[in-house]
Order: sequence, then structure tokens, then C-alpha cells
Amino acid sequence: MFDNLSQRLQVSLNRLRGAGRLTQDNIGEALREVRMALLEADVALPVVKAFVDQVRTKATGQEVVRSLTPGQAVIKIVNDELVTLLGATNDRLNLAVRPPAVILMAGLQGSGKTTTVVKLGHLLQEREKKTVAVVSTDVYRPAAMEQLRRLSASVGLSCVSGQPDEQPVEIARTAVDQAKRSLVDVVIIDTAGRLHIDNEMMDEIKALHAAVDPVETLFVADSVTGQDAVNTAKAFNDVLSLTGVILTKTDGDARGGAALSIRHITGKPIKFLGTGEKPDALEPFYPDRIASRILGMGDVLSIIEQAQRTTDQDKARKLAKKLTKGKGFDLEDFRDQLLQMENMGGIASMLERLPGMGAVPENVRGQLNDNQFKRLVAIINSMTPEERRFPAIIRGSRKRRIARGSGTQVQEVNRLLKQFTQMQKMMKRAGKGGFKRMLQGMQGGLHGKPF
Amino acid sequence: MTLTSKTTATGETKPQGLLARLRNTLGATRQSLTQGLADLLLDKRVLDEDLLEELETQLLTADVGVDATQNLIADITGKLARKELSDGPAIYAQLRQSILEIVQPCARPLLIPGDAGPFVIMIVGVNGVGKTTTIGKLAQRLLSSGLQVMIAAADTFRAAAIEQLQTWGARAGVPVIAQHTGADAAAVAHDAMNAARARKVDVLIVDTAGRQHTNVGLMDELTKIKRVVNKLDPQAPHEVLMILDAVTGQNALSQLEHFRRAVGVTGLCTTKLDGTAKGGILIALAQKTGLPIRYIGVGETIEDLVEFNAEDFVDAIIPEPE
Repeated sequence: MFDNLSQRLQVSLNRLRGAGRLTQDNIGEALREVRMALLEADVALPVVKAFVDQVRTKATGQEVVRSLTPGQAVIKIVNDELVTLLGATNDRLNLAVRPPAVILMAGLQGSGKTTTVVKLGHLLQEREKKTVAVVSTDVYRPAAMEQLRRLSASVGLSCVSGQPDEQPVEIARTAVDQAKRSLVDVVIIDTAGRLHIDNEMMDEIKALHAAVDPVETLFVADSVTGQDAVNTAKAFNDVLSLTGVILTKTDGDARGGAALSIRHITGKPIKFLGTGEKPDALEPFYPDRIASRILGMGDVLSIIEQAQRTTDQDKARKLAKKLTKGKGFDLEDFRDQLLQMENMGGIASMLERLPGMGAVPENVRGQLNDNQFKRLVAIINSMTPEERRFPAIIRGSRKRRIARGSGTQVQEVNRLLKQFTQMQKMMKRAGKGGFKRMLQGMQGGLHGKPF
Repeated sequence: MTLTSKTTATGETKPQGLLARLRNTLGATRQSLTQGLADLLLDKRVLDEDLLEELETQLLTADVGVDATQNLIADITGKLARKELSDGPAIYAQLRQSILEIVQPCARPLLIPGDAGPFVIMIVGVNGVGKTTTIGKLAQRLLSSGLQVMIAAADTFRAAAIEQLQTWGARAGVPVIAQHTGADAAAVAHDAMNAARARKVDVLIVDTAGRQHTNVGLMDELTKIKRVVNKLDPQAPHEVLMILDAVTGQNALSQLEHFRRAVGVTGLCTTKLDGTAKGGILIALAQKTGLPIRYIGVGETIEDLVEFNAEDFVDAIIPEPE
């Protein structure tokens, strides 16, 4: 999501990179660019002003003198300020209370509360091994309760049911009591979406908050929110004393300015990012990594972490064994690798986080979409097992058959075989199937264009 | 969001006129934009750089966006230089005029001819903008103007989206054509087209699942729904109505761009303009695309979906000085 913001910042900061020394003038120009970029990214104006002032003061101060080049100094200051603004560390959920730990979710209509409730429950259940119950107190929107019931059933969460004619406070209280009796670790309470200026509804959630005494009160905010993010966040924070924020729909191309605004205004940490429609599309928010991403420094850390989590350890070991035994890397292994990459959220989401990707033109990145992955996999699927093991036997008529079978062109089959050969060479050199090496090979190979 | 009647957010009694309602519900916009502007311009302050910068600030904080704001400011700066504007109130009037000129061409209401048989309205938008809720309100509007309405529940992805429409449809007496969750959305649209023809309804509203505009696969699916509808009636869909959340910032432009490319959006409807949003995004949208803004949603009740009227809008966000 933060793509465009990093593009803008990079352009303006690149100008500084060439400059021999920082003058009031050239830093002024760069900071105007930074200001515009932030505004276009929907960062709220007061936040933009505070940010730009901060950077200006620091950049024209002494800290510049000690560094190597002025440009580097400014980049560092901008980066440091972004990290400060976003919150210095990754704040985890506080669940260390006598169970059940109650989590209350609040937000505007359509910010993604219900989906996020399920994602969060799923995450706590899978990664933290907690028993989780969810409950909907949305008695207003037709079928809102049904939506939560279905979604939670799809990931095996237990869902406490209320009736649309009950009071939200009662539903919540009953759910917490029930959780206490059945020894559930965490109860997540979904609420109806409400406008922050709707006093009646804000009173209701205040009462709800008082009744269940949640250990975490999370504000669910849409990452596309405009300038108004500051007002909304402030209003919710005033009424509920939030403990954190979840930013949703970050898989779109929103520039994410709301993240900066909300954080600045409420001072509450952003704890998670919603990154897709599926139940596991919820990631912890690491401010320093996001700040680096804005500046185009990449987010290698979280790729590696994700790789460790999703890569099929068994298959990786098998492959490593195969390779060390001197047996060749064949097309089936290649397909496994492709599928694993897809499991990790696809090439697009991975490339987004790599260093320097912010500087790669939009159109080039556009070509690297996940369809290509699917095509490659389809081509390999259209081969016979023998062909996969001994690709050398694939010649003219086999190529035509494979292309027909996979709905592609012979040229694409050729390209795949060429990429595969390159990869095979690389694997031989590498000896072991290290993921990072694979990735480097893939990047160069996909289009024959080095990045 | 409930569709049953409910007192307005502020709890005040509701004034009758459309303009009054707009003013009332666009309250937040007025406080942030107009109050600031009035303080700035009607108070006989010296006209200088600072004033222009503050003006710029006011517009930017109302989500008018960098481009539209710069155009508006450049226009005023030019006029000031040519001495066409001399004082604050003149700038204020000019601003009203400029904004009206931007939004005026977009005030084209949705006209439904009686013989379209059925007039197909396809509803599109990203997740959580209020598509399903808007469909409820829109159907009610059309019903009360004497049209027969049918709804196709082609949001087969979101859990309970179908139930939401069915609950609503049962309440309002509008037939809802649906299959199960997970069914092929285009197939639902196809069935609904046939049903709408067989029952000779006037309007068919096709709900679609919310989708992120950057998700190529899901956008292709949307194109397919349109294609299927189009195959049964070369004129259909007669209207591709994109729903936008007024709380959205500048990303609304990107959303619109992507949806336009995929399904050729023919009209816009902005929701949740009440209270929270600042309406400025409408100016940005109008300036950038010139697409007709059919309706604006300014509250939770059914009457709160109103036809967009440029003069009313400008009067609501920048009222004539008393």
C-alpha cells in the first residue's frame, strides 16, 4: 500500500542525494515535496505540519554535520521521524489477565470489524494456541450476526449467539459469563459500526465497554480513510480509551496516510494490518519496517519471517537432501517452489517488500503479477511425469502439446524451460536450496531483466 | 446499519426541506470547512500569502485533494493579481462560484425510462462502502416512485450478504433473486435477468461483492458479471453505479479509476456523507472525472439517500453569507 508515498519521497529525496550541501533552499524544496506527498497520501494536515517541522528543525541542526552526506542525513531523519511517528516498537496484544481476556472491537461502518474479529480470533487460536470465542453485538445491520456466525464457523471459532432483539450490553455480558464458565481464554466482541458523532450509539458502546471491562479495546480503521481519520480516531479514543488500532484493507493501493494520522492523534499503537480477504490475512504491524518501506529501504525482515512460517519445512528438507545427494533439481521441485511462494502471499506482495522496489517503475512491477505464477504452474502441470523429471526430452511436438494443454504459447513454454535451466545451474552452484538464493534467481529469471 | 427509522444522529428534530436536511447532515463539513472559511474571509482580514495558505489548508483538510485545491487556489491567485478580486468576501463568493462550476456538470440525476424492460443497475465498489445498504434505500426510493423493483444478490462472497438483502427485501416486499453463498455471481445475475424479464419488473438492481480495486482476479469477475448481463440485453447494464465512501480520502480517485477501466462506471453515489465526511472528496471526484453524481447518502434512514443537487451541495458546505 505505501507504494506511492515511497515513490514521491524517493523522488524528492533523490534530488537531495545529488546535492553537495544542505541549504535552506534545497531542503525547503524537498520538504515541500514531502509535505505534498504526505497530504496526497491522506495524512492529516496537522500531522503533516508537525512532521515536516520536526524534520526541518533536525535537518538544519547539528546532526547533519556529523554525517557523511547531507542527503543521507535527511533520509535518516525522515526515516527516524516516521518510525517515531508510527510508534517505536511492535506492540503485541496484552492477554495476560485472568481469563477470559476480553477484546472489544470498535469502528465506523464498513471499516471491516466483523472480518477482523474472525481474523484475529483465527490468529490467536493458530499462533498463540488460545481458545477463542467471538460474539456479535450488532443488532442493527440485518444479518450481521449471521455473518459472524458463518465466518467464525469457517475457521472453527466458537461463536456465542445473541438475538437481534436483545440489548448489546446484555449479549456481551452473557457471552463473557459463558466464557468464564467454559474456560475460554479470549472473548472477542464485535460491535455495530457507528459514526463518532452519533451520541446515542457512542453512549451505547461506552456502556458496553464499562460492562465487560475489556483488556484490549481495538479501533478498526480503514486504511483509505481521508483527513477525517484524526477526528474519528480522537472521538473513539476519548469515549473508549483505546488500547490499539487495527488498520484494514491494506491490500489495496491506499497510501496509508491514515496510519500516521491515527497514531499521531491517539498515541495508541497500530497492532495489526489486515492484508486480504482470507481469514489468515492479518499481520503484526512493525513500525520500523513500514517506515523503511516508505523510504524504499525494503522490508526484508518480514519476508524472511513469513518464509519461515509458511515454507513447508518437510519439502524443503527433502529438496535439500535430494540436492546434496547430487540428484538434479527437476521441474517438480520447481513447481513446489512456485507453489510455496504463492503460499507466502504471492510474488507481488513479496516484491513489494524488497529493497529498491519503490524505485522500479509501476509498469514493470505490473508485469510481475501472480498470474504469471499460475501460468508457470499450469505449464508444468501439463507435462508428463517423465517430462518433469527429464526436461531435456521436451522438443517441438511435446512443447506444442504442453502449450495447448496449459492454454499458453510455445514461447512461454520455452521461456519456462530456459528459466528452469538457469535455476538448475544456480541450484548446482548453491548446493543447498536456500530460499533467499532461490528468490534472487527468480527475480532475474522471470523476465530476463535484472532488478 | 439499520434501515428502520431511527432518530437522527444529533437527536434534533428533522427539518423538512432537502436543503435544510443537507445542511443539517453535512454539519461536520460545515463546521470544518465553512466555519473556517467564513472566519478567514468574511472577517476583513488583510489579503496576503498567509491567508491564501490558510485557505489552502482549509480545503486540504476537507479532503478536496492536492490537485483540486491547487486549481482553486491558482484561480483565486490569478484573479487577485488581475485585481478582479479585492477583498475577503469577494474571494468567498468566488470560491463558491468555482466549486459550483466544478460540481454543476455532475448533477445529472438517474433517469429511468419506462420501457427499458428491465432497467438494469449494477452496483459496484470496494469493501465496506455501503453497497448493500444503499441498494435497500435505492430500491425503496424507486418503489415509492411507482416502479417495480427486483434485486439480484450477486454478492456471493461475503458471509450473510445474501441474508442481509433477503431480510431487507422481505421487509420492503421486493423480490430478491439469490443462490447460495459461494455460487457464481454471474450466474445469479443471469438468473435474475431472466426472472426480471419474466415478471416484467421495471428495475433490476444487481448487488456485487465488495472488492479491492487492485485485485485483478476479482475485477475480472466483475467484468464477467457485466458481460453476462450484457449478453442478455445489449443495452444492459443501463447504469453501473459505483458506491464510494465519503470518509475515503484521495484513494477514492484510484478506486474509481480502476472500476472505470474494468466495468465502465456511469454514475457515482457517495455514502456516509453525514457527520463524519467532509464532502470535499466530491469536489475532487467531480474535478477529476466529471462523472454524474447520482445520489448522496446523508444519513441512516431511507429518506437520507438524496439526489445530488449542485447548488444545494455548495450552499450546504459554503453557505451564502448572511
